Amino acid sequence: MTKTVVAVLAAASTAALAAGCGSSNNNSSGSSSVDWAKVTHLTASGPDSMANLVKAAEKEGQLNVITLPSNWANYGNIMKDFTAKYHIHISDAIPEGSSGQELQAVETEKGQSRAPDVVDVGTAFAVEGASKGLWAPYEVQTWSDIPAIAKDTNGDYYADYGGYVAIGYNPAKVKVAPTSFKSLENPAYKNMIGLNNSPTTAGAAFAAVYAAALANGGSYSNILPGIEFFAKLKKEGNFVPTAIGGPSTVQNGTTPILIWWDYLLASEVKPVVPGFKIVIPSDASFASYYDQAISATAPDPAAARLWEEYLYSTTGQNLWLQGYARPIELSTLVANGTVDKTAYAALPPAPAGALTFPTQAQDATAENVVTQDWAKDVG
Amino acid sequence: MAEAVTAVAAPDAQASGARPGRALTIGRAALRWLGAVPFGVYIALGLVAPTIAIAIAAFQSNSGAMTTANLDGAVHGVYLTGLENSLELSAITAVLGGIFGLLIAYAISTARRGTVLRRVVLTLSGVFANFGGVPLALLFIAALSTTGVVTGWIKDVTGVNIWDHGFTLFDLSGVIIVYMYFQIPLMVLVILPALEGLRPAWREAAQNMGASAWQYWRYVGGPVLFPPFLGCLLLLFGSGLSAYATAEALTGGTISLTSIQIGALLNGNVIAGQENLAYALGLIMILIITVAMILYALLQRRAARWLQ
Repeated sequence: MTKTVVAVLAAASTAALAAGCGSSNNNSSGSSSVDWAKVTHLTASGPDSMANLVKAAEKEGQLNVITLPSNWANYGNIMKDFTAKYHIHISDAIPEGSSGQELQAVETEKGQSRAPDVVDVGTAFAVEGASKGLWAPYEVQTWSDIPAIAKDTNGDYYADYGGYVAIGYNPAKVKVAPTSFKSLENPAYKNMIGLNNSPTTAGAAFAAVYAAALANGGSYSNILPGIEFFAKLKKEGNFVPTAIGGPSTVQNGTTPILIWWDYLLASEVKPVVPGFKIVIPSDASFASYYDQAISATAPDPAAARLWEEYLYSTTGQNLWLQGYARPIELSTLVANGTVDKTAYAALPPAPAGALTFPTQAQDATAENVVTQDWAKDVG
Repeated sequence: MAEAVTAVAAPDAQASGARPGRALTIGRAALRWLGAVPFGVYIALGLVAPTIAIAIAAFQSNSGAMTTANLDGAVHGVYLTGLENSLELSAITAVLGGIFGLLIAYAISTARRGTVLRRVVLTLSGVFANFGGVPLALLFIAALSTTGVVTGWIKDVTGVNIWDHGFTLFDLSGVIIVYMYFQIPLMVLVILPALEGLRPAWREAAQNMGASAWQYWRYVGGPVLFPPFLGCLLLLFGSGLSAYATAEALTGGTISLTSIQIGALLNGNVIAGQENLAYALGLIMILIITVAMILYALLQRRAARWLQ
């Protein structure tokens, strides 16, 4: 009993201290004195409020993003809308670049005004960046709506959007509908099945091998059955190992069946292939999300934080959804009834059950196994 | 040529004590060096500096400490396989491309200068030799994949679907076929000057002395052409070794090639934190190319004895 009282008292005094600090800050010279690079979350009022963040960001007037293709996850519209709303100019460096190049840019362009403010990277790269101290911890206002498994406890990085490994097929050329990884062994699919790229290079193809492992007796800590599955498909002649799988190889019949992220099949292939069907395999649900992070050395720290607040607002989340990417706060949007229903209906229904991911250690092991064994077993 | 003239002119000027002439020569020499400065800067920034940076990074761990672990990793396991495959692919495509290219170039060299056919072949060779990357892979997929146009024609004409008889674009044999598309024209371009250097007078002299065609090639043409032929093969070897996007696009990493592995380590979205291993692989490729280019230079020197 006494203990609780002490604890409450301690908490109260800390709060008072914090409040004191806040108000003294406020009195000194208003919002411009805030060092936004050090702000880890917004407060409802005071110098670290949303209103002050908007003011400071508009004053910076510039946001440097990197590797955001305008046709990827609706980023083109997202950037346009952000600029229209806040009058902040966005520079998008190397739109077609990769996560690895984003990290390189943060490190090598440090101190320059063109250095990236924010990044959108695969989780392995978010973790690598955190271990190098490249990120500034920040928790958006809707932090609690992001599932605990999808964010760093320190706030260094946080999942933004993603999707599930899915099988897409062109019914005009594929007479029997595939439903699962097992079903892909059907001899009718000779010379038909493709990945988007090499699993040693592309996150999506790597995830497809991981999902195939789950469907064939493997687990997050054992990806080998996935490699063996594709080796078997290759031996049977079903697997076409081209690294340029995409809309064109579905269209020209090189790979009428394509295993890729559901959101990319929906956004890139479906619009150009009439009747294109997308199904999440019944024997494997493998999800992956990209992560947002703010550079610790961001030249526009306020704009960077405003960008994150915008992305995790209902508007930002629905814009991603309109680009067929599943925003990380989708279940909250659905529960609140604020989801864009048309966009939501365009994606195959998410598999039941809570979101799970491999741990970083499991992921790293799997990466090594694929790097070592993919060419050896499948080639 | 210009250099020789200067070298001859300079002693003359000195002997006659004509100071203005000497100053002029020095000024010209300085100007010549000045003219080379942009090229020197370009080489320093574009070739020397990156090579040094790669060599240093190849011996560094992620934390910056000196280590030989990267090089050790680069010559073991899947990366050793990658090197072997790269060397094999480059050697096969260099030899095949070299032989076909030589035959085509010989055919052209026997044609009169300035004929339309000759000009067309040379121009097309210049274009095709520089064609590569993903567009080249797409072109072959459109032509020769299971549903490709050419595959369809062959099926219409002969009734045979080549894909049912073991043909594929998506493994090493497919990559070799596609590489021929730029290796053969490259060979035509680089071997033609050597073929044109074979003087008709030599052949006539040999015939006058009663040599058969075989004897002419065995004792005159062959020995003169052999060094430049080998030199050209080395160039083709280098071109095959460095080609990257085409093979990647066709095989999706199912065959290991060093260039593809470097790409996966540096630019990939899957493997993180092993960039220095890529630098070690890059260093090994630089060494291979250096050896090939030194041999090429030696062969060129030998070839220059007869062909000028």
